[in-house]
Amino acid sequence: MRLIAFWSAHRAELVALVAQHVLLVAVSTLAAVAVAVPLGIFAARRPRLGAPLTAIANVVQTVPSLAMFGFLLPVPLVGGVGARAALVVLTLYGLLPIVRTTIAGLRGIDPAIREAALAMGMTDGERLRLVELPLALPSIIAGIRVAAVVGVGSATIAAAIGAGGLGEYIYRGLSMVDTTVILAGAIPAAGLAVAVDGLLLWVERSLAWRRRRVTRAAVAVAVLAIAVVLLSSSLAARKASGAIVIGSKNFTEQLILGELLAQTIERNAGLAVDRRLNLGGTLICDRALIAGDIDAYVEYTGTALTAVFHEPVVGDAARVFDIVRDKYSRTGRTLLAPLGFNNTFAILVRGRDARTLGLRTIDDAARLAARWRAGFGYEFLERPDGYQGLAKAYDLRFAAAPSVMDLTLSYRALASGQVDLIAGDATAGLIKGLDLVQLEDNRRYFPPYDAAVVARGETLLKHPEMRVALERLSGRVSAADMRAMNYAADAEHRDIRTIVREFLAAR
Amino acid sequence: MSATPAIEFRDVSLTRPGGTRVLVRFNLTVGSGEVVALVGRSGAGKTTILKLVNSLMVADDGEVSVEGRPTREWDPIKLRRRAGYVLQDVGLFPHMTIADNVGLLPRLERWPNERIHARVADLLSLVGLPPRRFEARWPDELSGGQRQRVGVARALALDPPILLMDEPFGALDPITRAELHGEFRRIQQHVRKTVMIVTHDMGEAFVLADRIGVIDEGTLLAYEKPEAIARSDDPRVRRLLDAMPRVP
Repeated sequence: MRLIAFWSAHRAELVALVAQHVLLVAVSTLAAVAVAVPLGIFAARRPRLGAPLTAIANVVQTVPSLAMFGFLLPVPLVGGVGARAALVVLTLYGLLPIVRTTIAGLRGIDPAIREAALAMGMTDGERLRLVELPLALPSIIAGIRVAAVVGVGSATIAAAIGAGGLGEYIYRGLSMVDTTVILAGAIPAAGLAVAVDGLLLWVERSLAWRRRRVTRAAVAVAVLAIAVVLLSSSLAARKASGAIVIGSKNFTEQLILGELLAQTIERNAGLAVDRRLNLGGTLICDRALIAGDIDAYVEYTGTALTAVFHEPVVGDAARVFDIVRDKYSRTGRTLLAPLGFNNTFAILVRGRDARTLGLRTIDDAARLAARWRAGFGYEFLERPDGYQGLAKAYDLRFAAAPSVMDLTLSYRALASGQVDLIAGDATAGLIKGLDLVQLEDNRRYFPPYDAAVVARGETLLKHPEMRVALERLSGRVSAADMRAMNYAADAEHRDIRTIVREFLAAR
Repeated sequence: MSATPAIEFRDVSLTRPGGTRVLVRFNLTVGSGEVVALVGRSGAGKTTILKLVNSLMVADDGEVSVEGRPTREWDPIKLRRRAGYVLQDVGLFPHMTIADNVGLLPRLERWPNERIHARVADLLSLVGLPPRRFEARWPDELSGGQRQRVGVARALALDPPILLMDEPFGALDPITRAELHGEFRRIQQHVRKTVMIVTHDMGEAFVLADRIGVIDEGTLLAYEKPEAIARSDDPRVRRLLDAMPRVP
């Protein structure tokens, strides 16, 4: 059972992630209750205002959660990356079910009971507190139950903006294409959802009016339990303040590079480091860096040029680096010298073919392509710097139109002879593992994707020792090094911290 | 009859939002300590008259006064606490025990606990529900008739000078009803409350009321002592009298 082994190896981390997850859901659900119940009361009393209110809550609910995180990224105070933004999003999601059931619960009260309360001379507040809310409570709890269970699911997505929780395993597993790691996060998350559902269902049932004195005790116990969980989770989730925050995108190589920066700073600059690894993607890392939520991460020059600064593709590596460094410095950020490898698209063939046919460059392959089949990932077929341009640049013609396949699967398809040429990542660990050979881009078609540390200028000024430490990495990580580390993580399933520690020790 | 009437309707008109005229220049005076029964066919506007007294409804035109003050000058909460209301549908709070239902208003008035407890016990005994057996029970454990009694007890909780009763004893069996009629008159002799009862039961009206008002199409057809109503030769009053079930 690899899953059990994974959990026991990551026991402390698992506990911390579950704690973060529970904290996210508990705090956001409580916040949603605090907002939604008054809203529901208001809407139930004024149907004209209530209808648009529920309509708005409905619209909020239909926004996909990842998109919601995206919308909130640039918003000050509530946006950005980290737990705060995640709490805002999760709270927004919790509103609708609670508003709805609050309205339904209040409107469902027997009119004779309302009239009796009114005719007896109870004030608005007394009627609400003593009659209407107690009678609507089971319905409201049902809404809270839905909100909490949905929250457990949505909170897994919060890992995309570095809020932690069990989503970290799911994202890590997705980026490593490792089902075990995905399940390591998904199974506890599902268990948590079932547990939350069961707990609140029990509260809901026992609140069915009758035994109110008994249920008061039950509610007190539940509140106490939540308080204990919150307290312990917040202790577990608390991070070192004043530490340098290192970010990374959400795929294996980035996790390794993030860890590399973190360990380098810890060892050589003696600063405390908070790891915010596994952030969604380029955009999220960039916004996080601008906002100061992270202090540094590793970016690729070509990606920065096109995705961050929306500049046209340039072929020359040195020029791209200069342009990007200039653009970064204008926004208060510093791009350090490249680490030493170029994570570009790699045109790959089997090592056996390369040796027997003497293939070295893409030109060599183009001559034989008419007898070959090619397999490409969807992205490579679509990108402006992908297949169309490549075919033109090298006058490539294959025996048949290239088949579309999952990027990870294409490595195996090549190794097993189903296709003869693929476009992979230059630093993919599988290149080493499957004995594949990267053909040289002799016509310099692919733009450069040199990996380099980008950091907040402010942080570097404050901690010059951090700059010194990071600059020592420049030119020290070759494509072969990166491949070996990716291979150790993806194929050998070794712990990333250990991989990085061994790499640094070998320097 | 004392100088200031307890309840007075002067030229009160009320039209429903749909345009139906419920009351047309309606006039009625109820003296302090008087028991008035309003009888009439369904939809004649009897319940509306009760709701105008405790400000659950507001007249379009004319004036309703309680204890000499127009209702719109009253704080509605104070007004309602001085006018116990017994509803057709009882409307007990299902999430409260019988004792909590009856003792709710005293609790809101911040009576001390012992006094509330004693008051609840007295009231339950009064309506024929032994307190020890009923205090801790829940409304859905009671029969319709028992619930109706709790409703009466609840309306009497603050000892209000006015009692508004909408078909109060309608769900009770004839024996219990007769018992309660007796209890009602006994209490009434003690405390001299001003009572307005809406009823379909002409017998009840004759037994309980000092005066009977016959309502038809939003106006007061007749307003007399029971003996006079029984002898009335107004054909419309006679028709209503004949149509109503009588208690032998």
